[in-house]
Amino acid sequence: MSNSDLKTKLKLATVWLDGCSGCHMSFLDLDERILEIAEYVDLVYSPIVDAKIYPGEVDLALVEGAVASVDDELKIKKVRAHTKFLIAMGDCAVTANVPSMRNPIGPQAILKRAYLENASLQQQIPTIVVPKLLKVVRPIHEFVKVDLYLPGCPPSADTFYKTLKALIAGETPDISAMTRFGA
Amino acid sequence: MSAATEIKTLIIDGKDVSARPDQTILDVARENGINIPTLCHLDGLSDVGACRLCLIEIKGQNRLLPACVARVEEGMEVTTTSERIARHRRTILELLFAERNHICAVCVANGNCELQALAQQLGLTHVRFPYRNPALAVDASHERFTCDHNRCILCTRCVRVCAEIEGAHVWDVEGRGADCKVITDLAQPWGDKNSSCTKCGKCVQVCPTGALYEKGKVGVEHPKRPDFLPYLNLMREAQ
Repeated sequence: MSNSDLKTKLKLATVWLDGCSGCHMSFLDLDERILEIAEYVDLVYSPIVDAKIYPGEVDLALVEGAVASVDDELKIKKVRAHTKFLIAMGDCAVTANVPSMRNPIGPQAILKRAYLENASLQQQIPTIVVPKLLKVVRPIHEFVKVDLYLPGCPPSADTFYKTLKALIAGETPDISAMTRFGA
Repeated sequence: MSAATEIKTLIIDGKDVSARPDQTILDVARENGINIPTLCHLDGLSDVGACRLCLIEIKGQNRLLPACVARVEEGMEVTTTSERIARHRRTILELLFAERNHICAVCVANGNCELQALAQQLGLTHVRFPYRNPALAVDASHERFTCDHNRCILCTRCVRVCAEIEGAHVWDVEGRGADCKVITDLAQPWGDKNSSCTKCGKCVQVCPTGALYEKGKVGVEHPKRPDFLPYLNLMREAQ
């Protein structure tokens, strides 16, 4: 691989908000096709690489998970500010999905259940380090502009492959032909 | 009655079609291989025009009309697909998704849901409206079936099949607007010992979503079978 190749490669980031990481797992199910995708993109930020700080200029970002905490909200705004093309990856990012099931009962009920009722030791609701939960969990497009929606729980590896190949080629992928809510 | 003189002719999507005067535009369109999406309509039940997905344009009329209840008229020019209609249909679907808690990924009807399938068919990849996330009950008091109001789209197929086909009229609708919901026996638990439910399960089979389902069955093993209805009606007419 020459230096000129590196310069022309798209900078790809993947981000993990309130989701189960299943979308990232499904992305990894690309298996050997990841090598083919890697010819066109450089993975600059992701839970599966070592970078800790979101880079200044990212071409393509896949965002998994809903916005459920103040930390998620800060992250998605930062990602949007430094990303040319933002993709909502999976049902949590697109619809708020399973994380939103707490919306009718509120965050206090969830915290009580997790940290008091179900804890056998040190029953206490954390007030430091753990980010404060938002009142309601919402999809990312209620906070920032989203350029492409990829529903599915999770979207299949084929969906990732076809979508990325289309975007790399400068085409618009036909999402509904590949995936749906709950797929 | 002389059928030949009663025939109406009209145009649907540029195609000349003929119809009996008592037919709806939806009937005639489907007879002629023109698909109009529906949710509340079901062959074998009366039509109520509740879901509005079958909205169509009629030349000379500014308003969109629901094809399931609009009767044919001589010389009508009907359009079933246009940018305007597509926009309305998508918006209606989005409002249905936003209204209650439709979490497809963990729904018993995932993969067998008419709402989910229609979203995919109409190219809906996200919902622009904020989700309401209302707190809604699940009635699991019945020995065989469950009613999950989180998934209900108020199509009233259950109400109609129970009243019109089973003749029990267990189901009905209470409240208005956002408080609207389907109820059994004047809002008593479905499994109440004095319930008028005959346990026939017709309501479950016609429910387009995961709002009504058989206990112990999920996902792939839970396809609904509403196709029994036209057969049942046909057999009854033959008697």
